[in-house]
Amino acid sequence: MMTNSHAGGRHCARRLRHSLLCGLLLLCAAWATTASAAVSEPQARALLQALDTRSFEAKGEAAQAIADSQASQKTRWLQALLDGRLGKERRGEQFYIVTDDSGREWPLIDAITFAEAGSGSRRTVDIFKINNDLRTQLQGMIASLSLAEGDERSRLAAADRLIGDVNADNVESVRASREREESATVRDRLDIALALYRVQQGDATALKTLKGNLDTRVRNTLTTVAAGDGELASQAQQVLDGIESKRAWYDRAQTLFFGLSAGSILVLAAIGLAITFGVMGVINMAHGELIMLGAYTTWLIQQALPGQPGLALVLAIPGGFLVAGAFGVLIERTVIRFLKGRPLETLLATFGLSLILQQLVRTLFSPLNRRVASPEWLQGAWQINDALSLTLNRLGVLGFCLLVFAALWALMRYTRLGLEVRAVTQNRAMARAMGVRAARVDMLTFGLGAGVAGLAGVALSQLTNVGPNLGQGYIVDSFLVVVFGGVGNLWGTLVAGMSLGVINQVLQPWVGAVLAKIIVLVGVILFIQKRPQGIFAPKGRVS
Amino acid sequence: MSHATLEPRRDRSRQAFLSRATLITSALLVVGMALVLVLHALPATHPLHVSSATVALLGKYFTYMLLALAVDLIWGYLGILSLGHGAFFALGGYAMGLYLNAQGTALPGWQGLLASFPLAALAVVLAPGILALAFGWLAFRSRVTGVYFSIITQALTFALMLAFNRNEMGMGGSTGLTRFSELLGFRLASDGMTVALFLASGIAVLLAFWLCRAIVVSRLGRVAVATRDAEARVRFLGYRVEHVKLSLFVVSAMLAGIAGALYVPQVGIINPSTFAPLFSIEVVVWVALGGRATLFGALLGALVVNYLKTVLTGAMPDAWLFLLGGLFVVVTMALPRGIAGVLAWRHRQEGAT
Amino acid sequence: MSQSVRTRVQQLRELSRPDRVFDFMLPAQSPVDVRHGPILYLEDVSVSFDGFRAIDRLNLTIDDGELRCIIGPNGAGKTTMMDIITGKTRPDSGQVWFGSRHNLLTLDEPRIANLGIGRKFQKPTVFEALDVSENLELAMAGDRRVWKTLLSRLDGAGQARIDEVLETIGLSGERHRLAGVLSHGQKQWLEIGMLLMQRPRLLLVDEPVAGMTEPEMQRTAELLTRLAGQQSVVVVEHDMGFVREIARKVTVLHQGSVLAEGSLDQVSSDPRVVEVYLGGDEETNAC
Repeated sequence: MMTNSHAGGRHCARRLRHSLLCGLLLLCAAWATTASAAVSEPQARALLQALDTRSFEAKGEAAQAIADSQASQKTRWLQALLDGRLGKERRGEQFYIVTDDSGREWPLIDAITFAEAGSGSRRTVDIFKINNDLRTQLQGMIASLSLAEGDERSRLAAADRLIGDVNADNVESVRASREREESATVRDRLDIALALYRVQQGDATALKTLKGNLDTRVRNTLTTVAAGDGELASQAQQVLDGIESKRAWYDRAQTLFFGLSAGSILVLAAIGLAITFGVMGVINMAHGELIMLGAYTTWLIQQALPGQPGLALVLAIPGGFLVAGAFGVLIERTVIRFLKGRPLETLLATFGLSLILQQLVRTLFSPLNRRVASPEWLQGAWQINDALSLTLNRLGVLGFCLLVFAALWALMRYTRLGLEVRAVTQNRAMARAMGVRAARVDMLTFGLGAGVAGLAGVALSQLTNVGPNLGQGYIVDSFLVVVFGGVGNLWGTLVAGMSLGVINQVLQPWVGAVLAKIIVLVGVILFIQKRPQGIFAPKGRVS
Repeated sequence: MSHATLEPRRDRSRQAFLSRATLITSALLVVGMALVLVLHALPATHPLHVSSATVALLGKYFTYMLLALAVDLIWGYLGILSLGHGAFFALGGYAMGLYLNAQGTALPGWQGLLASFPLAALAVVLAPGILALAFGWLAFRSRVTGVYFSIITQALTFALMLAFNRNEMGMGGSTGLTRFSELLGFRLASDGMTVALFLASGIAVLLAFWLCRAIVVSRLGRVAVATRDAEARVRFLGYRVEHVKLSLFVVSAMLAGIAGALYVPQVGIINPSTFAPLFSIEVVVWVALGGRATLFGALLGALVVNYLKTVLTGAMPDAWLFLLGGLFVVVTMALPRGIAGVLAWRHRQEGAT
Repeated sequence: MSQSVRTRVQQLRELSRPDRVFDFMLPAQSPVDVRHGPILYLEDVSVSFDGFRAIDRLNLTIDDGELRCIIGPNGAGKTTMMDIITGKTRPDSGQVWFGSRHNLLTLDEPRIANLGIGRKFQKPTVFEALDVSENLELAMAGDRRVWKTLLSRLDGAGQARIDEVLETIGLSGERHRLAGVLSHGQKQWLEIGMLLMQRPRLLLVDEPVAGMTEPEMQRTAELLTRLAGQQSVVVVEHDMGFVREIARKVTVLHQGSVLAEGSLDQVSSDPRVVEVYLGGDEETNAC
């Protein structure tokens, strides 16, 4: 079930809530216009006129009258009232619904015919005010109404809203809806809403319906109930414990997911390095800057294609690969080639290159961070249940990492280049003697490693802002992953990156992000002491 | 056979150059210090007057030279490239910073101990020394060498940077330690103190230079060079390579710690950025430019690069990183033996004619 | 209760007996004991790398003062065997004894070297940045501890020893040249000279004449034969001409274990040896 209707990441929760309201409004509008008016215009006008009173109590009665009436527009009226968008002309008798109250001038529609009615403002339209009690009441009414009519999706939303909101006033209508309801999922939701009400009323038998439910409202209510005394409280506590332990499992799954997605960034960042280091024995300190170049390529393509972040991102995948790869080949041809067999010198020279690339980006663009937009299909979250939601951008990065890994693995396994690369890795001199042009293999390998760094940059741009220092933060980590996994070993890099990501996430809630990072660093340092060859150490005379 | 008969002379001339270089370096250091003091004593209106600010700057250069010496001792002569020597420098600096902070205000817990100068001085060498001992023992015992060693030293300093950025460390968090007022009872912001710190740094460089010189010409120094070039052979000759490495590594870390301790009162601040990998690796380029495996090369490199840095970051801040990056590339590709290598080569040329 | 206390006291008393010394307090370096037979003794040694058996149940005995040649095709396990003896590689199973006292499997490279096993690598390995006499000085037997090494100075006896070895390896004229500029053959001799400075009881020499000219080879053969008698020497070699020149006893290794042992003539007439090693090989001509 892939939906945008629940807030996943905290950052987009607000936006999503907004779209949820709009969605409901549109839906309401749709039924209202198709159904023929079941009440005459004067009757409708009278119903609305009753709302024009200062007393909230009277307003509540008027709203109830609307809800009990036959008016086809009633759901929409109540919704508009709830949203603070229903009002009356100050110097006239017209009722309006404000469709957009963000500006100074409000576009209006006629509340009875829903026809466009020009525009108004705070000065020409009096909005019917509501208070908190009335708001609760209205929500209940709308929910009951939605349950009575509307399609399955809106009934589900309505049922969901009823959880924790069933009260003496609406319990009968909810029960009735429960009996009428055809959809099993909506029925389940209503059962939970009813059971929660019964538990609140002191009915312990209803508890078993709530077993294992992950909804926050259920948990809150049960916590309140369990705080009391008596048999009910202890039983509620039992159910609550069950819920908590189930929740803990999903929390673990969530941590695992975060760890894997963090790990997949590490893998993407490190795997290019694993290739260049493994094959050529070259420590490329500019690797982080190649990642940065990939990220900037994404940003540039987005600047060139305003309004189409999705297309830009798709184009950035080959784009980032090519740009970073080209820089890689350039670096190999101009510097690394001349430092063969001198790893420490290569390390220093490529470090110099990394400084130059950083400063180049800083001078060309700006030292400030840039935001790369995410396309719609990477926004939001995959809500698996109330306790587990996977944000789509992290999911996307994880999938992308696995794809890149699979592609690289296939390249190494099945192509001529892969064969030559493996040959050079194992025995450079022998490979040359067999006719492998090691220099060409070096160039292509380095280009490939750099290109993969570019891909890492593209992926990274979806998770974080892009800046000149982007790569620096990853270089130490990626080296640790490579060394941890065993130099030149693709599987080792995958396992090492993923496990470091997960370990880091597991440690974080206990010790905080910084200390977790320190612990991982120190752990890897100690690990390298014990097994300098990495997790999957090749054993042999040649070390 | 003319080739063979020329060779011995050339080798002796190489040694002569090096020992002459020792004398020249020592003399230059002493004369340089004396000159600065004399020029500083001139009235402020005199065109050759050296201001307090310049004296403080030169004092800072001295501490960098000392740090470069420490890196050269293990990189040039032992072949272990530490990309984390800034960590030892910073530890010495933090020890000094705590001492300075403890003047006047009582620091909590163990930090209070550092209010006493002898204890603080001990901490300046012991903190980096113990870290180097623990880290080196682990690394050398399991024969972590070459780029692996470089990377884990970098990870070490990175981890320490993260740790010192935490407020819970009690080291001032990301602001670090600053607002020092007095040292050994004297006001830190006085002219006399500036000169004294300058002199102390210069003398420390001179002493460290002699110490390193004594080490590299000893048999231990030759074992170190042998280890750099053929580690397995040294081991099969019966030397405990890990002990040789460990001892020099610890000495080097202690020198770096002293450099850091002298740096802090002159600059007035120590913060976690000193732990940044960039700083450590910058030190390596000083040594590379000056010429590794020659001690005066390390001193020269530190002076030249830092002078350039002072000039350029003032005039064209953007150009500095380009230049530094370019230096890394050019030195490793075109000048593998640094300025000292060029000087030695010219000296040989002259000797041959 | 009191029973166990009494046992404890007993144990304590046992520990503090004045006539007993803890094992770890015994002098670490005891001379090689060859009274009961061979100087080097390998039994049932096996080692495998990634499933490949480099050494397979190898048994080998070297007597004191012997000069032994070990031959075998590529991959027979010659270098791995040397790695095991010198402590670079640990075998999966088996025993390696130096004399009858030192279990080499419990010692690391420097300990083994200091016990008196010297090794010459296949590729000449000298310290190229040091001059010839410095190379020999480093190899000279003495206290290898860091502090002692820092303070030690070359004394008259040491200088005399260096001169003597320089004479032996024929490099007296090159004493102040950097080892890096020596010719290939000179480097090989310098390395042998370094082994002599170590005064080892057992010398392991890996392909000493690879890449040497004929006269250089002659000289090397002389050097090695002169060494035997004072020291035990094990030579791993490919060049059959050279083996013929120096060998008294030859061991043929094949696939990690001993195929044949005896004089060169015995060995080269063994049909199994002919098949695996000499058969169809260019080196047949040399025999």
